[in-house]
Amino acid sequence: MATLTSSSAVTATAKPRGSLGERAAPAAFLLPAVLVVLFLSIFPLILSLFLAMSRLRFEAGGVQVQFVGWDNFRKLLVGTEQKVLFGTLSEPSPIGWLLLIGVATLMLAAIYRAVREARSVGAVIARTAAAILLIGLTYLIVATLFSPEGRPGTLVVTMLYVAVGITLQYLIGLGLALLCAQQLPGRRFFRVVFLLPMMITPVGVGYLFRMLADTNKGPLEPVWIMLGMQDFAWANNAWGARVAVMIGDIWQWTPFMFIVLLAALEGQSVEPVEAAIVDGASNWQIFRHITLPAILPVSTTLILIRMIEAFKIIDLPNILTNGGPGTATETLTLYAYRIWRALDIGGSAAIAYILLFLVTFIATLYVRAIRNRLGTT
Amino acid sequence: MKKMNRLLTLIAVPAMVLAACAAPPTAPAQPAQPAADKKFAGITINAITFSGPQIAEPMQRRGKEFSEATGATVNVITVPFADLYQKILNDFATGTNSYDVIVFAPQWMGDYIEPGYLEDLTDRVKADPDLQWEDIGPFFRDFSATYNGRIYTIPLDGDFQMVYYRTDIAKDLGLAPPRTWDDYLAFAKAVSEKKLTTDDGKPVYGSCIAKKKAAQSYWMVTSVASAFIQSQGTGQGAFFDLETFKPLYNNEAFEKALNIYKETTQYGPPDEINLDVGDTRGLWTAGQCALTIDWGDIGTLAIEEGSKARDKTGAVILPGSTQVLDRKTGKLVDCTPELCPHAIDGVNHAPFAAFGGWSGAINKASKPEVKDAAFAYLSYMSQPAQSNVDVTIGKTGFNPYRISQFKDITNWTNAGMSEQAAKDYLGAIEASLNSPNMVLDLRIPQNQYYQGIVLDGAIAKFLAGEQDAAATMKEIEEGWEQKTEELGRDKQLAVYKATLGVQK
Repeated sequence: MATLTSSSAVTATAKPRGSLGERAAPAAFLLPAVLVVLFLSIFPLILSLFLAMSRLRFEAGGVQVQFVGWDNFRKLLVGTEQKVLFGTLSEPSPIGWLLLIGVATLMLAAIYRAVREARSVGAVIARTAAAILLIGLTYLIVATLFSPEGRPGTLVVTMLYVAVGITLQYLIGLGLALLCAQQLPGRRFFRVVFLLPMMITPVGVGYLFRMLADTNKGPLEPVWIMLGMQDFAWANNAWGARVAVMIGDIWQWTPFMFIVLLAALEGQSVEPVEAAIVDGASNWQIFRHITLPAILPVSTTLILIRMIEAFKIIDLPNILTNGGPGTATETLTLYAYRIWRALDIGGSAAIAYILLFLVTFIATLYVRAIRNRLGTT
Repeated sequence: MKKMNRLLTLIAVPAMVLAACAAPPTAPAQPAQPAADKKFAGITINAITFSGPQIAEPMQRRGKEFSEATGATVNVITVPFADLYQKILNDFATGTNSYDVIVFAPQWMGDYIEPGYLEDLTDRVKADPDLQWEDIGPFFRDFSATYNGRIYTIPLDGDFQMVYYRTDIAKDLGLAPPRTWDDYLAFAKAVSEKKLTTDDGKPVYGSCIAKKKAAQSYWMVTSVASAFIQSQGTGQGAFFDLETFKPLYNNEAFEKALNIYKETTQYGPPDEINLDVGDTRGLWTAGQCALTIDWGDIGTLAIEEGSKARDKTGAVILPGSTQVLDRKTGKLVDCTPELCPHAIDGVNHAPFAAFGGWSGAINKASKPEVKDAAFAYLSYMSQPAQSNVDVTIGKTGFNPYRISQFKDITNWTNAGMSEQAAKDYLGAIEASLNSPNMVLDLRIPQNQYYQGIVLDGAIAKFLAGEQDAAATMKEIEEGWEQKTEELGRDKQLAVYKATLGVQK
């Protein structure tokens, strides 16, 4: 008891100082989690950066790792692989120029606004750097996609799949969700049917579409013949092949959009809708002013998740076309995989880092744009 | 309860359907219990190859026979062809050693043998009379199986590319089998212009060549280019200059080959640049092609049940050229006796030993008793009693590689080939094998990068119209030079010369 009293007195009058064990306890409890994060996330990231700056060679007794600095990145950005990554840049068409001027104007306005709002020097520099990057990306797109002589490389092809795929997946998914949210007969059945493509592995979808798209002996061959297109092969045509890949991707991932949007639609409050009906609002007005704002938070998250995932597309182009014709359907991941198979592990890691940078940059821009739109910080 | 019943039904119905689809109505097979007195009882051999079904099928079938005879268990692991090279290398390099036997392309030997991953089989081969090593064609013994004078693999397959033509169409149109690549184009064009159809109304194409990207197209273009680039015999090589190790793929000869290769596309199926070898073979057996470039597989596939090309399939050595590369100037010049010493009637043929034939090797890190069993397994598959049958079956993917397989045509006629077709087919293979100007496939370290990435990528862009011949050749030259600089020019040159040391 005396001891307890004494201890209490110490606690009450002096700065609390436990034993070494007590002081180390928080760190000890946290350490496993920190180690797991370090081991599973940070360490591979650092190791892969090291790999991206190395050249590996299998030799007697093991693997020789030679540090080559930025050489793998140099090869991709300005060396022999530049054309694969960036494509062939050419004079943009008038539409391309308009697009570029539009983006450049917006970016300059954003920089001007940052300066006028007297933000910190760091913020202005960051915004300027982001603007330059975005203008650069836009130029890459217009000089390859919006140019008669241009040809997109893997970087632009990847962004094209992401932009077109996600837009259409969202629109179709939303349309189907709106339909299934109605009290229509058979809606439960169609909910299951619409979900099925998502249950199939991407490789399975690739083979499925490869069979379907075979114009020589596929099930749609009679249709091609009937349309007089027996001498046309989508696989020979850059846009035909890209469209085939996009159709497969849209078919597979629309259900994901559908199911989440359906949940959002069914979760929205009915009172505002009923009030709007009483006030005589049209269906479009209800959708535009009540439903869409209600599902906007879910939509933005959904698009962000899909966008990050869509940048990694590999299965469909790999199985449908192996990235061909030429480099028409090759994505960054497929490109990385192709050279990884030939044991250029450093080059493959460098591509992975470029992809990581691209995804982070675009995702950050997207999140900032949404925040500004919603007026949150 | 109703919910529970529905749940059970939901689980049970698909399960029953799956069970009905998956299992034949027979008693489940019991794993064979290895008898204790059998030579390799209790030993398990893990073998890896590509997910054919070719190659894997005979490995599994013969593996079962081998198990019954010796008590060893053979596990055949398959991976897609495109993954095989690095899968094996990763396994060896990381010390995982999951595979005791690898059945692979001898082209990759350099990458596997130099680090010391493969077992030297020289003494085992010499001590195994059943293998009948001397019956194996000299080219396969010396190129596919040997590295720096030591034997590392057991050949299971013989690979050359040849040109196949439809004998009935040639006869009807009064066309001779192609001797030169110009003949090939003329033949293909003539058939294409005739707009022939099969009995079921499908179009017959003048030429079908597998041109799909990241598949096997780079071998096809090399088959076309070889006759223009190499004329002085095997030792001259067809990929790099023997003095400087500069690529031989940026000159008039390769430009000519590129243009021929591209022109064949005009006479092929509309989606030819997206067709792999399996697709063109399917078209051939469906009777939809008048010409094709392929390995020996077409000969055996043409006689399989359902084939519409049975007894209509002729084979010839790869067409040649009357002009060849002058390596000093980079120009195409007319053949002279000095320039083309091996020309036949003024035509320089350079048959291309693409791939080199599937071969089996043993992991040096495997246990001694497993190595013994593994060698016995490979030897069993390669012995004439087995291989002379397997090479006549299309689905095995194995092509002739033993002398006895060329000399005795009984197995071929037994398999359903007419005597004439057998003589034709084997004659074309023999003509390639006997050619002193055979082109050896690239076997230097990281040849997979040189061919599968740089060459294949440039050719794909050329075929797709993304770039012209000049840009294509420049891209190949720059890509190869870059890789050579990375790996060391002198080292690469030394290995290249060593591989070309094989003279017939």
